[in-house]
Amino acid sequence: MSSFLFWIFASLMLIFGAAVIINRNPVASALSLVVSFLGLAALFMSLDAFFIGIIQVLVYAGAIMVVFLFVIMLLNLGHPSEIADARGRGWKLVAGAVGIALLAQIFALTRAHVTPRIEPGYLARQIEYTGVVAPVAGPLFKEYLLAFEVTSVLLLAAIVGAVVLGGRRAPTDAG
Amino acid sequence: MFLQEVTGVAHPLTATAARWMWALPLLPLLGFVLNGALSIFSAYHAGPADPGAPEAHGSHDVTGGGHDDHHHVAVRHRFATLTSIIGPGVMVLAFGLAVAIFMAMQRAGPELRTPFIQRYYEWMPVGDLHIDAAFQLDQLSMVMILVITGVGMLIHIFSVGYMQDDPGYPRYFSYLNLFVAFMLVLVMGASYPVMFVGWEGVGLCSYLLIGFWYLDKANADAGKKAFIMNRIGDFGFLVAMFMLWANIGTLEFDGVRGQATALGSNVVTWICLFFFLGCTGKSAQIPLYTWLPDAMAGPTPVSALIHAATMVTAGVYLIARSNFLFALSPTASLTVVVIGALTAIFAASIGLKQWDIKKVLAYSTVSQLGYMFVGVGAGAYVSGVFHLVTHAFFKALLFLGSGSVIFAMHRAYHATHNEDDAQDMRNMGGLRRYMPWTFVLMFVATLAIAGIFPFAGFFSKDEILGTLFIRARGSTLADANWLGIPGGIVLYACYALGLAAAFMTAVYMMRMLIYVFFGPNRSGERERDFLGEAPWIMTAPLIVLGVLSTVGGWLNLPESIKLGRIGLLDRWLEPVVGESTLRITHGAVPKVNLPLEYVLIGVALAIAVAGIIVAWIVLKPADLVPKREAKPEEGFERVLANKYYVDEIYDDTVVRPTVAVSRDLLWQGIDEGLIDTTLVNGIGGSKGIARIVGKIGSLLQSGQVGTYAWVLIVGVLFVLGAFTIR
Amino acid sequence: MLAESLFFSAVLFTIGVVGVLTRRNAIIVFMCVELMLNAVNLTFVAFSQVYGVGGQVFVFFVMTVAAAEAAVGLAIIIALFRHRQTVNLQNVNLLKG
Repeated sequence: MSSFLFWIFASLMLIFGAAVIINRNPVASALSLVVSFLGLAALFMSLDAFFIGIIQVLVYAGAIMVVFLFVIMLLNLGHPSEIADARGRGWKLVAGAVGIALLAQIFALTRAHVTPRIEPGYLARQIEYTGVVAPVAGPLFKEYLLAFEVTSVLLLAAIVGAVVLGGRRAPTDAG
Repeated sequence: MFLQEVTGVAHPLTATAARWMWALPLLPLLGFVLNGALSIFSAYHAGPADPGAPEAHGSHDVTGGGHDDHHHVAVRHRFATLTSIIGPGVMVLAFGLAVAIFMAMQRAGPELRTPFIQRYYEWMPVGDLHIDAAFQLDQLSMVMILVITGVGMLIHIFSVGYMQDDPGYPRYFSYLNLFVAFMLVLVMGASYPVMFVGWEGVGLCSYLLIGFWYLDKANADAGKKAFIMNRIGDFGFLVAMFMLWANIGTLEFDGVRGQATALGSNVVTWICLFFFLGCTGKSAQIPLYTWLPDAMAGPTPVSALIHAATMVTAGVYLIARSNFLFALSPTASLTVVVIGALTAIFAASIGLKQWDIKKVLAYSTVSQLGYMFVGVGAGAYVSGVFHLVTHAFFKALLFLGSGSVIFAMHRAYHATHNEDDAQDMRNMGGLRRYMPWTFVLMFVATLAIAGIFPFAGFFSKDEILGTLFIRARGSTLADANWLGIPGGIVLYACYALGLAAAFMTAVYMMRMLIYVFFGPNRSGERERDFLGEAPWIMTAPLIVLGVLSTVGGWLNLPESIKLGRIGLLDRWLEPVVGESTLRITHGAVPKVNLPLEYVLIGVALAIAVAGIIVAWIVLKPADLVPKREAKPEEGFERVLANKYYVDEIYDDTVVRPTVAVSRDLLWQGIDEGLIDTTLVNGIGGSKGIARIVGKIGSLLQSGQVGTYAWVLIVGVLFVLGAFTIR
Repeated sequence: MLAESLFFSAVLFTIGVVGVLTRRNAIIVFMCVELMLNAVNLTFVAFSQVYGVGGQVFVFFVMTVAAAEAAVGLAIIIALFRHRQTVNLQNVNLLKG
């Protein structure tokens, strides 16, 4: 059953991912991306990454995509543009070929034998024991504490940057 | 500072004045720097009152590059006094030091059998090659040093008077000082490379001084000609050095001397021949002599110092210094003798028909150098050096005397604004009435060069011819073959040539004397009032040289004429050349055959006297006319006057083809046609490959993000592809 | 599970790549970049089943950085729009030449 659901959500993710790049309307693209993220979240859940799955929904679909949509609306890009928004057909074919080549290479390269370091159901058992947050939070605040703190500084920088770059300029700007 | 004062055992000269020998070239070098600074400073800051300033007399010649001629007011250079002190001053100091070192060597006496070497630093340590910047002091270099500093000092003093009105006064003395410095390096070098530094340096100074009045193109051309012909000879010197290095591995005189016998006879011969090629360039022998007559374009004291007394004798010094090499190769020695003898007679014949007083002396120099080479070629190293010394005396005297004459003629022509040639003998005549001192001294010098007893030239020239004759009777040279001809015959033939050249020498020197000082004066009515003796500062050095030309023969009296201590120079130079001389004479000290000696002396003297008498009888100065009215020469006389057309032959066979090849083939053909068109334009020009590649490359810089993304992804594909394939 | 996850991750990544290559709207391109990031996230989570929870922690950081990047990137796009009145990447070519 879980395998079947896995495939359903995976296909959902891929189809709507393709829809992102095919749609001419930016809003439609954004919403397709949201659905794709939801599918991905479901995949995370089925891989015993519950916390990450929820965070995916909350942060990606719920925050990042909202910002995307805000910007699309703000710039009034909601209408599909008359001017060609994508390259010509020839280019698209070449891009497709490049994509297939890339895919083939990735397949060819990821053939190594993986030696597991933990038993198959280890994570699930840990979650039963401590809850979904603890397995991620533990290392986060112990081994990766420095990275955690640095990331917070990064977020600060991003906030400042976004405010400065996005803020309305003085009227002297050419605009 | 000194790596090593002495090789091995303590040298007798270590604690004496000889340890200051490095100051010998340094003093003139200091003079060069100081005088050069004065020259540059004054050229930079020429004010309106300076000679050479445009307002002063309309010529824009602040550095003194133009000949002092017609429209020029006699104004002395701003720094003339200072230069007159520095220029000759350093020479006086150098000469004093040279004398002091000489006396130290005298005191050391017979213990002085090895050279005194001072090494200053390692100049070229490259792999197995170790050349030090080192000076060496031995009897041979001492002789040269005394000649250079002594005669040089006299010529510097003479120049104070001769060049007094020249705008380039400090420049002249700086070049002259530099020349002396380089010449001293040449004779004091302890190895061939150090000597070569001096060799090249004197070539440079020769160029600078010949073209001293460079605004006149002919002078600059003469300087270039001298330098280029010297360079051809330098090629020979270099090849000889390379061969020495390749076969022996050392280039120091001491080292080569020790290992010379290890060389194969073929190798030694070629080394000697290549060295001799260098000598033909520097000392103006056949075939590289044509620059010397042209070099007379320079100031007369320069001709006296460089082209009579010192630089041109560098070749003779080289052979004397390399005596151990030449003694091992009879073939090379014979070649030297033959070329020397041929040059002697060839140049003498040209001198018979020259009208420019300096050209006569120039060809005389070439001829006398031929004698010197005959001497050192025949293994009579002492004789060659002896003739070098006496020749320095009387040739310098002749040149300086002619300088006095030219000075007087110039002054006369200036005063009357006459444009005639002041150096042409046809414009002179009867000057003994106006310039008695100069006349007497020139007469002394003429007797000396002709070889009349008891003047200096008699002893030195006779010694060369005498030794040549003796070698012809028995020596390694006589045993050898030269181009198939037995050596003895070659030597006898050269002896005959030497006698013929001696005859001609007497004739043309007497001719010069007669045309200049005897007979009626052809300078012109008004000019005569201005003809007079040169100032004392010019005549005094002449007197000193005159004395030396008279008594110089006492340096090396032969046994047959016991008028004092005999063979002084023989004994002095024995440690340097004795071994090689013995090698040539089959190890036997030649016994003096007095009757034969007297015969040889008598023959030489008779020839000289005959020449003088013939000249006196045949040449009629009254028949001469001034140059501007003179008829052109005819027949064989024309050939002689035009120097056998050698310059023209060289021009047609060497110069023109070289220029043609350089210009048409190499420049326009290859450089412009091939390289420029295909490579330069083809690659970088407006249609070139670089442009095309650049245009293609510029497509990558579209400024578009999309393009960059494409490039990135395609790059990733390639990288992954590399991994996949592997 | 691992193999399938990796397969889907690779395909999703490729879709994102093709999108970046093909589209000219800056915001769409940005969204394709997010797709690629998520594909990588999937890979990490898939491997965390075999190698331990470190993969999930990494995903956490990736998401954080992606969020920061999205914020700043969109601010840039807004500034660009104010200047050029377009988000079409073809017209953003001041660096041309």
